Amino acid sequence: MSPVEFQRVPVREQLPQERIRNFQEVSLGYNEEEAVAEAKRCLNCKNPPCRMGCPVNIDIPKFIKYIAEREFMEAALELKRWNNLPAICGRVCPQERQCEQPCVVGRRGDPINIGKLERFAADWELEHGVEIPRLPEPIRHKVAIVGAGPSGLTVAGNLAYAGITVTLFEALHKEGGVLVYGIPEFRLPKKIVAAEADYIKRLGVEINLNVLVGRTVTIDDLFAEDYEAVFLGTGAGLPLLLNIPGENLNGVLSANEYLIRSNLMKAYKFPEYDTPTRRGKKVAVIGAGDVSMDCARTALRLGADKSMIIYRRSFEEMPARKEEYHHAEEEGVEFNWLTAPVRVLEDKGSVAGLECIRMQLGEPDASGRRKPAPIEGSNFEIEADTVVIAIGTTPNPLIAMTTPGLEMSAHGTVVVDKKTGKTTRVGVFAGGDVISGGATVISAMGEGKIAVESILKYLEAKW
Amino acid sequence: MFRILRKEELAPSIKLIDVHAPMVARKAKPGQFVVVRVSEEGERIPLTIADWKANSGMVTIVFQEVGVTSMKLGELEEGDALVDLLGPLGQPTHIEKYGTVVCVPGGVGIAPLFPVARALQDKGNTVITCMGARSQNLLFWVDRMRSVSDEVLISTDDGTLGFHGFTTDLLKQVIARGTKVDRVFTAGPAIMMKKVAEVTSMAGVPTLASLNAMMVDGTGMCGVCRVMVDGKTKFTCVDGPDFDAHKVDFDHLLSRLAVYKAEEKKALELYMQTRGAK
Repeated sequence: MSPVEFQRVPVREQLPQERIRNFQEVSLGYNEEEAVAEAKRCLNCKNPPCRMGCPVNIDIPKFIKYIAEREFMEAALELKRWNNLPAICGRVCPQERQCEQPCVVGRRGDPINIGKLERFAADWELEHGVEIPRLPEPIRHKVAIVGAGPSGLTVAGNLAYAGITVTLFEALHKEGGVLVYGIPEFRLPKKIVAAEADYIKRLGVEINLNVLVGRTVTIDDLFAEDYEAVFLGTGAGLPLLLNIPGENLNGVLSANEYLIRSNLMKAYKFPEYDTPTRRGKKVAVIGAGDVSMDCARTALRLGADKSMIIYRRSFEEMPARKEEYHHAEEEGVEFNWLTAPVRVLEDKGSVAGLECIRMQLGEPDASGRRKPAPIEGSNFEIEADTVVIAIGTTPNPLIAMTTPGLEMSAHGTVVVDKKTGKTTRVGVFAGGDVISGGATVISAMGEGKIAVESILKYLEAKW
Repeated sequence: MFRILRKEELAPSIKLIDVHAPMVARKAKPGQFVVVRVSEEGERIPLTIADWKANSGMVTIVFQEVGVTSMKLGELEEGDALVDLLGPLGQPTHIEKYGTVVCVPGGVGIAPLFPVARALQDKGNTVITCMGARSQNLLFWVDRMRSVSDEVLISTDDGTLGFHGFTTDLLKQVIARGTKVDRVFTAGPAIMMKKVAEVTSMAGVPTLASLNAMMVDGTGMCGVCRVMVDGKTKFTCVDGPDFDAHKVDFDHLLSRLAVYKAEEKKALELYMQTRGAK
């Protein structure tokens, strides 16, 4: 056996100075030779710790072994046994906190690049033709899924595998939820989302776009139409705001607005596409999560001279994935740590700047992170013509308002039994951001898989 | 796809389409709106529902051609289809028996107030409509408003029909003649609704305004439609579109409606060029 290679095969990327002028994907991924070389670094552990770190429990050593043996289709099919959306997850999962974090090779060198290997195998399958597995004879049960985001698509696919008749309802005009409206093209190409959504449709899932459950139909209507169970994967679509003076000036946008315009509506192609967007020259993004990085990097691509992250805590507490931070920094995004916005400055109804205050960290708070507190009298102004608020989202209250018996938490999330995904309403299950309030694509999918198990049990044996 | 069953030109640049959208037609209530998209490259725009028929699955939309999207919409003919139509959205107008109510629609705002007036009359209210437009040829649905009102007063800015003046003048006349007005409903240009609010605020008559904020998704996600009501931030799409007119910051609404003025102008010029080339 050859000695373990401690260094990762590097991933090719578009150069920062080039990529900030386009919306094409930053990471170019592995080619076959690179993927095989990276796969051969895997030790194929008997009790693989990586697998414990995966919310959908992918047999990671197994799919990697197939890549090492150049059995690329087998690798892709192995991934699909656990995950319906591998080309997406390979791109957007926080691997450094999940599968790659406990990797045994990582104790002495770089952990195996599991994410890029997943992406490689999934892309290979998309290029060479996706095969639809043989499905069981349809059984008579009908299930409705609300929301065509990561959890809804996962539940739809897995129920279809079990022979259930599935109808998916989506409010927007495209499938994918946050994958199409939120995550930018340069991180997750929309043709990848379309291809993976197409796979779900080819499993026999019917997707009805332009249906806002709670308005176009209610959960009660769905039960009246003979759906036996309903899965809520409605996400966390309502933007949180700062409640500071000047927040409603022209040029202050929620991250949702900024990203929806650019991603879902393709405003970066205006006027070829009809939707315009704010093309600020000096853009201040409030917050330091993945969404904040997406906004700051979008600003550069829309022509900003200066794109800034304003974050009240420090680098250590930043919630963004390291890869996103790294890419943003390479592209020239400025980071203002320990800085909180106080007031948006006005000039004739529009943004003229941002007044901020310096912060310091105190004792750990409920989240375990050190609590920031303002330093009196440290106010200062930042030059900006555009402010994007990316401090998180919360679930849309519409379904709760229109569904009797559905209990909500104080944070606006749907209350579920975490082990089963059951809500307080018989026959209604939920997963993803609508129960967590905002987490990752893969945790939404993990919760979706839990719900599938209990939906199948419910259809057989009732609640 | 949402097929256009019928198209009618109500006035120059004001058009009506009946669209096949059975799920929307089943749920629609007065005051609600839809978000439509005309083509794959199109934007999402909100349009108020002017009428609906649940049994034939039909939703009526009235719109004015003011920008690229509404012009593209106006180019569609019977048999063509909208790529997307989402609704019904927003909170329905609160309808109850108030006594005597005055509906004040201006311009294209006549359309959304028609089902509101009808529902108010059905509830047993005495409905007085003060409707107006810039000129006689821009005024539509006078007969339809008469069919759901106990009294209809008309104004035109240029005096070509009815009272020479504004709908607010008609409203002032109704109040001045001593009619006890219990509630006012208004829809139309933001500047007109602002003036209506000023009149009814002086007279102490509770007033609901149906706001015409800009929107993208229309479901509470983007927040571009945020308005200031009683000093608080509200989303027109999910908290509205009806708000207490006396508490709405109309100047803020007017300012936000102009956010993309430069882009809209540029897009319109390009569109007119390409249309001219055809």
